[in-house]
Amino acid sequence: MTNHWVDIKNADVVLIMGGNAAEAHPCGFKWVTEAKAHNKAKLIVVDPRFTRSASVADYYAPIRSGSDIVFLGGLINYLLTNDKIQRDYVLHHTDLSFIVKEEFAFTDGIYSGYDPVKHRYDKSSWDYEIGPDGFAKVDATLSHPRCVYTLLKQHYARYTPDMVERVCGTPKDKMLFIWDLIASTATATRAMTIMYALGWTQHSTGSQMIRTGAMVQLLLGNIGIAGGGMNALRGHSNIQGLTDLGLLSNQLPAYIGLPLESEQDYGKFITARTLKPLRPNQLSYWQNAPKFHVSLMKAWWGDAATAQNNWAYDYLPKVDKLYDMLQMYELMHQGKVNGYLAQGFNPLAAAPNKAKMTASLSKLKFLVIMDPLATETSEFWRNYGEHNDVDPAKIPTEVFRLPTSCFAEEDGALVNSARWLQWHWKGASPPGEARSDVEIMAGIFTRLRTLYAKDGGAFPDPILNLTWKYAQPQSPRPEELAREYSGNALKDLADPKDPTKITRKAGEQLAGFAELRDDGSTQCGCWIFCGSWGPTGNLMARRDNSDPSGIGQTLNWAWAWPANRRVLYNRASCDPSGKPYNPARRLISWNGTAWTGVDVPDFKVDENPAGGMGPFIMNPEGVARFFARGAMAEGPFPEHYEPFETPLGYNPLNPNQPQATNNPAARVFADDREQFGKAAQFPHVATTYRLTEHFHYWTKHVRLNSIIQPQQFVEIGEALAQEIGIATGETIKVSSNRGFIKAVAMVTKRIRPLHVDGKVLHTVGVPIHWGFMGIAKPGFLANTLTPSVGDANSQTPEFKAFLVRVEKV
Amino acid sequence: MSLQPADRIERYRAPVRITHWIVAISFVLVAVSGLALFHPAMFWLTNLFGGGPWTRILHPFIGCFMAAAFALLGVRFWRDNAMQQSDWMWLRKFNDVANNREQNLPEVGRYNGGQKLLFFVIIVCLTCLFLSGIAIWRQYFSEYFAVDLVRFGSLLHAFFGIVLICAIVVHIYAAIWVKGSIRAMTRGWVTPGWAWKHHRAWFREVTKGIQQR
Amino acid sequence: MPLQSLDIVRRSATTLPSPEVRGAHTGQVAKLIDTTKCIGCKACQVACMEWNDLRDAIGSCTGHYDNPPDLSENSWTLMRFTEYENPKGDLEWLIRKDGCMHCADPGCLNACPSPGAIVQYANGIVDFQEENCIGCGYCITGCPFDVPRISKQDKKAYKCTLCSDRVAVGLEPACVKSCPTGAIVFGTKEDMTQHAEERIVDLKSRGFEQAGLYDPAGVGGTHVMYVLHHADQPMLYSGLPDKPRISPTVSLWKGITKPLALFAIVATAAVGFLHYIGVGPNETDERDEDAARRELEKTP
Repeated sequence: MTNHWVDIKNADVVLIMGGNAAEAHPCGFKWVTEAKAHNKAKLIVVDPRFTRSASVADYYAPIRSGSDIVFLGGLINYLLTNDKIQRDYVLHHTDLSFIVKEEFAFTDGIYSGYDPVKHRYDKSSWDYEIGPDGFAKVDATLSHPRCVYTLLKQHYARYTPDMVERVCGTPKDKMLFIWDLIASTATATRAMTIMYALGWTQHSTGSQMIRTGAMVQLLLGNIGIAGGGMNALRGHSNIQGLTDLGLLSNQLPAYIGLPLESEQDYGKFITARTLKPLRPNQLSYWQNAPKFHVSLMKAWWGDAATAQNNWAYDYLPKVDKLYDMLQMYELMHQGKVNGYLAQGFNPLAAAPNKAKMTASLSKLKFLVIMDPLATETSEFWRNYGEHNDVDPAKIPTEVFRLPTSCFAEEDGALVNSARWLQWHWKGASPPGEARSDVEIMAGIFTRLRTLYAKDGGAFPDPILNLTWKYAQPQSPRPEELAREYSGNALKDLADPKDPTKITRKAGEQLAGFAELRDDGSTQCGCWIFCGSWGPTGNLMARRDNSDPSGIGQTLNWAWAWPANRRVLYNRASCDPSGKPYNPARRLISWNGTAWTGVDVPDFKVDENPAGGMGPFIMNPEGVARFFARGAMAEGPFPEHYEPFETPLGYNPLNPNQPQATNNPAARVFADDREQFGKAAQFPHVATTYRLTEHFHYWTKHVRLNSIIQPQQFVEIGEALAQEIGIATGETIKVSSNRGFIKAVAMVTKRIRPLHVDGKVLHTVGVPIHWGFMGIAKPGFLANTLTPSVGDANSQTPEFKAFLVRVEKV
Repeated sequence: MSLQPADRIERYRAPVRITHWIVAISFVLVAVSGLALFHPAMFWLTNLFGGGPWTRILHPFIGCFMAAAFALLGVRFWRDNAMQQSDWMWLRKFNDVANNREQNLPEVGRYNGGQKLLFFVIIVCLTCLFLSGIAIWRQYFSEYFAVDLVRFGSLLHAFFGIVLICAIVVHIYAAIWVKGSIRAMTRGWVTPGWAWKHHRAWFREVTKGIQQR
Repeated sequence: MPLQSLDIVRRSATTLPSPEVRGAHTGQVAKLIDTTKCIGCKACQVACMEWNDLRDAIGSCTGHYDNPPDLSENSWTLMRFTEYENPKGDLEWLIRKDGCMHCADPGCLNACPSPGAIVQYANGIVDFQEENCIGCGYCITGCPFDVPRISKQDKKAYKCTLCSDRVAVGLEPACVKSCPTGAIVFGTKEDMTQHAEERIVDLKSRGFEQAGLYDPAGVGGTHVMYVLHHADQPMLYSGLPDKPRISPTVSLWKGITKPLALFAIVATAAVGFLHYIGVGPNETDERDEDAARRELEKTP
């Protein structure tokens, strides 16, 4: 989230799209009801299904799953052509005036630099034109034919209301009504928030869907303001924290990229991450990357990380490619992986294409499961009738199950969607022989270290030198880990302006990442968490919910990264002179000498606005980007591509370019591509989702949840039900090109057929929560059906749009 | 019909008497338990049955038992209770009945008009009580009936229960009033004079039997 | 006898008044269920099961979101989902939390034959005292909302207590506490009515012209009230009764029938007694025996 849960109450318009907050985030959704009750906010829901969120919405519009970029692109076109943009905001806080390189081109859905064999782009043309001063060229009049404004207008001119209706199946009157309401927040005093979740991320174009939403928000001036923002609703209670600490295989903690194979040289590596300003007097905060990186290396390898050995740069792996889960299972499938440790993860249920998953796991020598529950993955080899029809005799994999504690059985911090690190205390001790994940990992590590010490090895140094100064090496305490990722001084730190003054004594916790140094005198395990356990103690444990701001800025409740800042980019809530656009919901403002307010300024606190420093300080250009430059895999402007299993077979926006039917930059493995189904055989559009009664594959093990939603079902519309002759409560079979499931049919008015480019499309809703383990009625894993293809940037699988066929059993 | 010692005429044989008293005792139990559940002022009567739940459990079973036992009597007595022209006349002369002026009444067979009327009132009441009782028997049957039907059943059950109780009060009083009746049902016989006085046609019939013999 | 702060003002099957001096002078309580804010998350169902230690069976999917499919002795509340296509052709998903309405004039209490099995507290809560319950099911017959359920296991009647144990110590009912959207609120009936009025103003501004409060007068008002988008059509909400009242059949049964019946029985007996005193018994005397003997002798 750029903003936070409580802040949603400040919104005047709430758009829920690519998510179902009422259903999947009911507790957070309370802030939507607050906005409605006290702010007269209007709630809009755009979704293929009439969801529980839609049930309390003021306006609902249906949309074909996977066509969100068309809907939002059409909205961008609508805002631009009708001049419903917050002009002052976009002019000063975004890159609309920046001039793009002449070589940049976009033809029939394909950007310049495409390699159709490798399905990859050479992105060098996707950049600003750099002037002789080394800065990007701009045209403040926005009239340059290659300025971002002109290109943006051109790009989305094709996304007309007629086109949107054709591609999305959204009735035009509903669409225009909703667009008009959204456009009402282009004024300085009205704010819209966008709430999204896996309904956007789980597409092969998921990252770009989110980007399109963000672009809408930028045009409306809704980023960085109270009641605005792009708000990702995270699912697992600590999935945000996992992301922050390095979930992605190519990331170090706190979004520092892991070196690539081509980056054997430390200097090259660190320079590439130390972003120099692209405009005069810009902060370009990633200039501090060496401080973050060196402090991380000191935290990990302590005295073994020195300036001489480039801060143990050789200890870091250099990745040749992304090792995301789809890649790992592909390698496993090819027999290139021997062992697998599934920690708090149930890949048989959570990864696409269960058949491939079973085949992959069957090729392992050993599989270790760390989980509080007996997961499907841990039983993948056992026959459970048609729900898991395998022959154990043919599966040689040895499975070890290590029972772990669950979150309520340990102390620690969870990072919520709002980036708040909230410390919690265990409610009960774990049962039986269960141990915390940390204990298990520590046990594995210390044994490995002993082995390396005894037997040596190809390169034992990273293991032997790893900092492991915990009171009980077998069981590091959460407090010790928290202090480590927050960071401390290794030597007395002198004030750079006055070397006689010691600002922080050796051993003291640091108050924030501004204190980090690149000379090895500080250590910090996760720079964005720096200060969470500061000199005054554990700020994550704070529980003061007083709100002197009156707009929900409870700065003394827990601690938010970065720097306890609650609304990211909050400098953008003010005009160039530092006056708030909406004084009634002021976050910060310039008081003549400093930036002050009810939030921690996302800015240089003493920077006079007259200097022209932009509010988006993490970007070297200081402004927000409509033009993503090289940041995205498939292009600088989001373009609609059909889901890999498209019900149309072509991209209505680029019908003449087959390369542009699906995401041209997506990585698809050959065996997975062969398993894609075609509309002729699988005519129905399926989408998977979660129900409010259950949490993933966990709560089918829980009696209360199983009572209130006991058995697997699939939702189909009345029209489709009539077509196949099925009544609600009867059993249906849903097949994709990868397998089938059988479930109770829930025939509903809430899913209506969509009219898409002359075709009638039926949506099939597949809730995911059932499987062959647990105490709820046994069922099929929904991922029996899903295709193995991910978003081109995040590799998040395309669970939200794929093709199936529904039949009566 | 066998003849007893000269001064006795058999009116009820032992099986009938036993059945009657089974019905009678069941009736008392079912009426008392019914009243206990019917009116708060009577709830204390549940103590006789071991408390409210036991009363609730026993009442319908006793009721069914009584109805079944009565059915035996009903079959046995059915023919003797067919209404005749003379019975209607008997009923029309109720004033003479009430004032013990039997000489003004037509000759009565085995049963008089009042007894026959009572017989049919009991049959109607028991039938309705049984049917409505099934509908309101929550433990086994109520779920199969619409709630409005159960409500109507409750009202009917109360109504016919009261009618039956009143009818039985009349019946008991009649037994007390007409001396010699109780003995007929306890010992099984009446005196010829009793038969002559109250059921002359029946008297003639049974004595014709003697003549035949 | 439950907690003393819950003063009982009415007891089932009790002919004399209950202690009535201690009243709810600060106002009776009410739970307001705002169907327009409800997202059907069933947190209230789970909270109810947890607080009251109830566990229904793990059932089956019947092709609807209502789970368990009906109220039971183990499910004192449940969400009922209705898909309604309004005259404009737009879909509405009407979700209603079903359960005891805590009527001011409770049909169950009126119908109950067992003294003190159903009570009404001064604060308005209608509560079942299972230790006094005889399991006859008359409460089901009396209820206009089809709420009480008899357990197959112990043959006792159960329903929502409005968490009388929590309310007695100043807490809100468990369902209220768990509701994430504030769709269930709890307070004095006066406050809740006022809150509902504010909600109705908001709903009317959002195009629900017929929005209103469901506090049916037919049962004397209820201590569980609904805010409905379509207060003119309560039946839309999974058959919420339009104008609920205690069935006239039940009123007749539990009303005038009771004294009349007792009177009839006593009167019958009295008439007999008076007849016996006034007219006297009908005895068979010697003359009758003689006449009978003569009659017998006439026969050859």
